[in-house]
Amino acid sequence: MAEETRERVLSIRDLDISFDTSNGTMNAIRGVRLDLYKGETIAIVGESGSGKSVTAKAIMGIMAKNQHINGGSIMYSYTDDEGRKETLDITKMSEDEVRKTICGKHIAMVFQDPMTSLNPTITIGKQIMEGMVDHYHYSKEEARKKAIELLDDVGIVDPEKRFGQYPHQLSGGMRQRVVIAIALACNPDILICDEPTTALDVTIQAKILNLIKDLQKKKDLSVIYITHDLGVVAQVADYVAVMYAGRIVEKGSVDEIYYDPRHPYTWGLLSSMPDLSTNTPRLFAIPGNPINLLNQVKGDAFAARNPYALQLDFEKQPPMFNVGGKHRVASWLCHPKAPKVEMPHSLRVKIDNMLKEVNAYGKQ
Amino acid sequence: MKRIALAVVTLFAITFLLFLLMEFLPGSPFNDEKLNETQKALLFAKYGLDKPFFTRFFIYLKNLIHLDFGVSYVITIDLPVRTMLATRLPVTIRIGLQAMILGVLIGLILGIIAALKKNSAIDTTATVVSVLGFSVPAYVFALLLVYFVAFRLQWLPIRYNARQPFISSILPTISLSMYIIATMARYARSEMIDCLNTDYILLAKAKGVTQPRVIRRHALRNTLVPIITVVAPLTVGIITGSVVIEQIFGVPGLGQLLLLGVTNNDYNVISAVALVYSFLHIVIMLVVDILYGIIDPRIRVAGGEK
Ligand SMILES: Nc1ncnc2c1ncn2[C@@H]1O[C@H](COP(=O)(O)OP(=O)(O)OP(=O)(O)O)[C@@H](O)[C@H]1O
Ligand SMILES: [Mg+2]
Repeated sequence: MAEETRERVLSIRDLDISFDTSNGTMNAIRGVRLDLYKGETIAIVGESGSGKSVTAKAIMGIMAKNQHINGGSIMYSYTDDEGRKETLDITKMSEDEVRKTICGKHIAMVFQDPMTSLNPTITIGKQIMEGMVDHYHYSKEEARKKAIELLDDVGIVDPEKRFGQYPHQLSGGMRQRVVIAIALACNPDILICDEPTTALDVTIQAKILNLIKDLQKKKDLSVIYITHDLGVVAQVADYVAVMYAGRIVEKGSVDEIYYDPRHPYTWGLLSSMPDLSTNTPRLFAIPGNPINLLNQVKGDAFAARNPYALQLDFEKQPPMFNVGGKHRVASWLCHPKAPKVEMPHSLRVKIDNMLKEVNAYGKQ
Repeated sequence: MKRIALAVVTLFAITFLLFLLMEFLPGSPFNDEKLNETQKALLFAKYGLDKPFFTRFFIYLKNLIHLDFGVSYVITIDLPVRTMLATRLPVTIRIGLQAMILGVLIGLILGIIAALKKNSAIDTTATVVSVLGFSVPAYVFALLLVYFVAFRLQWLPIRYNARQPFISSILPTISLSMYIIATMARYARSEMIDCLNTDYILLAKAKGVTQPRVIRRHALRNTLVPIITVVAPLTVGIITGSVVIEQIFGVPGLGQLLLLGVTNNDYNVISAVALVYSFLHIVIMLVVDILYGIIDPRIRVAGGEK
């Protein structure tokens, strides 16, 4: 699809978020820029604490009491009930407004742990109906009918019976299906999945991933996938954004990120991805700890952990370099005048193997 | 059904223990110095106290089935204890209930508001109140209230009187409820704060449910579930507290009767009051159990499926 004909539904620009903590101000999100187009799936990957969930919650207008948006915008575009195109800046809206007009209705979210995401004292059915009744004032009958359809859509057997049950009567996988049904109840355009499968065991993980993929096609959803599992990313996403210490350090199509990674942090992430086809039993971990965002960050936040860092990386924050296609990298290594640096040999081998496999079996 | 059987067994055990205790207690009901040994022996025979321990116990049990608690030996000689209970129980229950309702309501409201406005002035006030209510015994509050509200300001009567049963029960009610307010406020606050941090509250927000509804539909009920378990032990506090408080305000209730019974070695009175207290406690526990099931489906459903 050509860039112009694609419809942009979400556009995050220079998002900057900080938290007041007892140790001072923590700048958790430092200038995130991201676009989401209709029907597309983007994955946000990064280590724990890199700011993935904070970004996602900011899109939903969910803010902690000690949280401040210092700048930037989250523009959400949609077609309203009368068919007019509208664009809203979520960061400029009150929490109450976002909840009433956007949450659930236009942007919905699935959280990590299905065991705790559902209210233990309310039946499944009521929890699914709640959004429909609140947003669209459905009658009880209509809402019930739709809820049962949704349960059926997400692959729950005997939805009529499950409708009246409580969360504790369902398995983890089923509960996550219910959470997905809740998310889809008001026909949102965007679905944000914050590590939707991390808490589930492997066989169920694949099923949930497929379910989300199917539903996305059926309902024409745009999906933001948050994960630290690059294996999952390859299965679901069109586009990947790698996040480190509150910034996006590299983004591009799945192929660009997997077969032609440029940022040393992405190299680290890919190297630490367990891979059955290569003979590297040892799991590679990125050395060092994430930078403390309580301090002012100078230069590239990853520089201290980066064996390839240039002097400039410690001094000046790198801009996003366009390295061709949709591929953008925030590293001075991509500056035209930078010395040529190759990725670690073991990763090169790993990628070559992946490429060989892909070529052998034909692409997916 | 099983619970009721258990309750009966408990009551039986308590009766036996009470009987045993009084057997070993020094002194007897008939301490009047004017009585000589033969007169005492006659009295013992009259009330059947000369019979062996187990015989007496079984007679007592048999009568108990017909709600006959025997007669008073000392306080009002030969008056059936049941009559004494009948006049005193309602006062104690009424004041106890008043204190319970007042304490639970105010405590919950205080705790929940404190949680919703964490670190605000209200929150600090609630913390101070609960520390005070926790650490200051009820009788100290009672004495303070008597001094300031009743004696200095003369707003309310000092002593309970049956002609103004409500007005004169206000001070005892407040004194009894302080501890409950403190406990409730503390639990409600921490439960509510925990609850507001749960994932299902986050999901409710993500669904687009407005904040007042999030609190009403999702947070309140889940806050109440664990709190109900705290209410039951608090009733024990009411029962023990009533003994002292009734004494201070001259409330003609069970607590006062128990003290009279103990000081006079009036066996039947002591047993009866203790039994009634135990009975009340067991009933409250049962009610709480049932309530718990209604509020928490995890228990209700599991029970229903058996
Ligand atoms: N309310 C808050 N107060 C202070 N710091 C916070 C708060 N919420 C998040 N943070 C901090 O913001 C940073 C980013 O957190 P975030 O939850 O977005 O991480 P994440 O990328 O989702 O990680 P994970 O993979 O563990 O979910 C973390 O360092 C976290 O400690
Ligand atoms: Mg997270």
